[in-house]
Amino acid sequence: MLQDSDRIFTNLYGFDDGGLAGARRRGHWDGTAGLIAKGPEWIVEEIKQSGLRGRGGAGFPTGLKWSFMPKSDDGRPRYLVVNADESEPGTCKDREIMRHEPHTLLEGCLLAGFAMRAQSAYIYIRGEYVRERELLQAAIDEAYDAGLLGHNAAGSGWNFEIFLHHGAGAYICGEETALLESLEGKKGMPRMKPPFPAVAGLYGCPTTVNNVESIAVAPTILRRGAQWFAGIGRPRNSGTKIFAVSGHVNNPCVVEEAMSIPLRELIDRHCGGVRGGWDNLKAVIPGGSSVPCLPGGLCDEALMDFDWLAGQKSGLGTAAVIVMDKSTDIVRAIWRLSKFYKHESCGQCTPCREGAGWMMRVMQRLVTGEAELEEIDLLYEVSKQVEGHTICALGDAAAWPIQGLIRHFRDDIEARIRNRKADLKAAAE
Amino acid sequence: MRRRFHEIQPGSFAFTAGNLAWAQRQMGKYPEGRQASAVIPLLMRAQEQEGWLSRPAVEYVADMLSIPHIRAYEVATFYYMFQLHPVGSVAHLQICGTTTCMICGAEELIEICRRKIAPHPHMLSADGKFSWEEVECLGACCNAPMAQIGKDYYEDLTPDSLAGIIDGFAGGTVPRPGSQNGRFSCEPASGATTLRESESGRPADNAAVALALLQGDTVARIEG
Repeated sequence: MLQDSDRIFTNLYGFDDGGLAGARRRGHWDGTAGLIAKGPEWIVEEIKQSGLRGRGGAGFPTGLKWSFMPKSDDGRPRYLVVNADESEPGTCKDREIMRHEPHTLLEGCLLAGFAMRAQSAYIYIRGEYVRERELLQAAIDEAYDAGLLGHNAAGSGWNFEIFLHHGAGAYICGEETALLESLEGKKGMPRMKPPFPAVAGLYGCPTTVNNVESIAVAPTILRRGAQWFAGIGRPRNSGTKIFAVSGHVNNPCVVEEAMSIPLRELIDRHCGGVRGGWDNLKAVIPGGSSVPCLPGGLCDEALMDFDWLAGQKSGLGTAAVIVMDKSTDIVRAIWRLSKFYKHESCGQCTPCREGAGWMMRVMQRLVTGEAELEEIDLLYEVSKQVEGHTICALGDAAAWPIQGLIRHFRDDIEARIRNRKADLKAAAE
Repeated sequence: MRRRFHEIQPGSFAFTAGNLAWAQRQMGKYPEGRQASAVIPLLMRAQEQEGWLSRPAVEYVADMLSIPHIRAYEVATFYYMFQLHPVGSVAHLQICGTTTCMICGAEELIEICRRKIAPHPHMLSADGKFSWEEVECLGACCNAPMAQIGKDYYEDLTPDSLAGIIDGFAGGTVPRPGSQNGRFSCEPASGATTLRESESGRPADNAAVALALLQGDTVARIEG
């Protein structure tokens, strides 16, 4: 188990003061100018060496992403955009950073911004997080007053501005190019790539979009060294990670743990176990609603990291673990996700706009058993037609939970259809 | 529900002096010529001033930002937080209904809303004071089931605690937001398993709840 001394977010629950004085006491904003003095290449290299992979869901190596920003200066401004649109069902980790550890994020913005030679950052927070927005703005104001932002930020010689911007309730704005559209004042509809944001992002300028947690861990990595971070978790899956465990556990909670922690240890140690005991586990969605579920049987061995879960055709995603015990109607639980994706499809691409609604309607009938057995294969086929045929990954995200359900719980679906047919037959006789 | 403007519209809209000054400061966050970026924050402030978003308000914001009205209509109808129809004069309850909340009892919360407020979402209660809707994941899943009321999250709800909260608002009070079962924030309900060293010195409320209590503006109209 990770020791508190190896935790980055030591005020995750807000037991201590989230303001600047508290943050400094916990070791943040310490020697920031000295880190900047080592130069942008050093920062990017350290983050690469640390093995940090993006914490927003896709798991792309963060240092590599930063290195994609143009090497030469063509006079255009550069932007760091922080994706704080936390909306993936099951995910509630960035919220805790923003309301209780805002200075980790702000210091991270300065260091990451400097590393990519950006002088402005926009933080895009979801509209519903009103108090989190107010607390984050208060922290920004506090940082400006203390000289940590603005002209000669933190005495580093680098000028750096942070602006807080908010959305208004659209899941799609968590997709980086939809977020940029929204930040420009438009509907949140994803852009075709290329050009990638590093070439033409916000206002057509070089832009890097990172998740809150990816940015907020950077200062501690730079202070403690890449090797410290890389030494936690399995190779290629390094570091500490904030997990959010919700659903049918005795004590749902958000907790920072070592990457690659066994799922069972995570649940037993921090969440008081599965409701009704480990054997009462029906399924787990290990990484937010978009990733396929794992049936209980696979959970005994499960390691919570990118590679283990990808090996099971699932994913770490945002590390939002939704636990379902045997009382759960798993078909209905996944149908509710289909309803979510139907609601949140931006409507730009036909396979997603039409497919998400179609899949939801078939799922609705599978819940009640009002379907034919052949429709299960048809649904799977259609989900494969949606997957990979849209501009952004929302189409994939709508398809994957259904594919996971069919892969692991086909018997449950078939039994429901057969039982309904038998009931109808009995009623007719 | 159709994302259309309400059939009955006020004749005009204008920001209060306080909100106008606030809006101008917001526009200053974006580079010269990129003021359209401020459309969501300004529309949201208009909604906070009036309780819902009227067509004159959307046009007023569009004019302020020098963008065609259609661009602002697009934004107002695309984003679900914009209430294009009047909502309850005291409070509009948004119950999270996505999977974690659903498997933790959100449907029972919705039943309470149907019984105590109105049989259908977006319908005003008989006295016009309340309305409700089911919304998608609000990002507080470790405190499921939960609801947003005004600016605040009410977490770890039960049908009884939600009914009590509605009664509280109806009685003219603002019930304390945050967890309703005694948790501080998102730590395990039985007590933190990590970071215990700082637990004993913790304040009375987590930062979000403390701010809500300090400002007392959970369901207030925002005049700037």
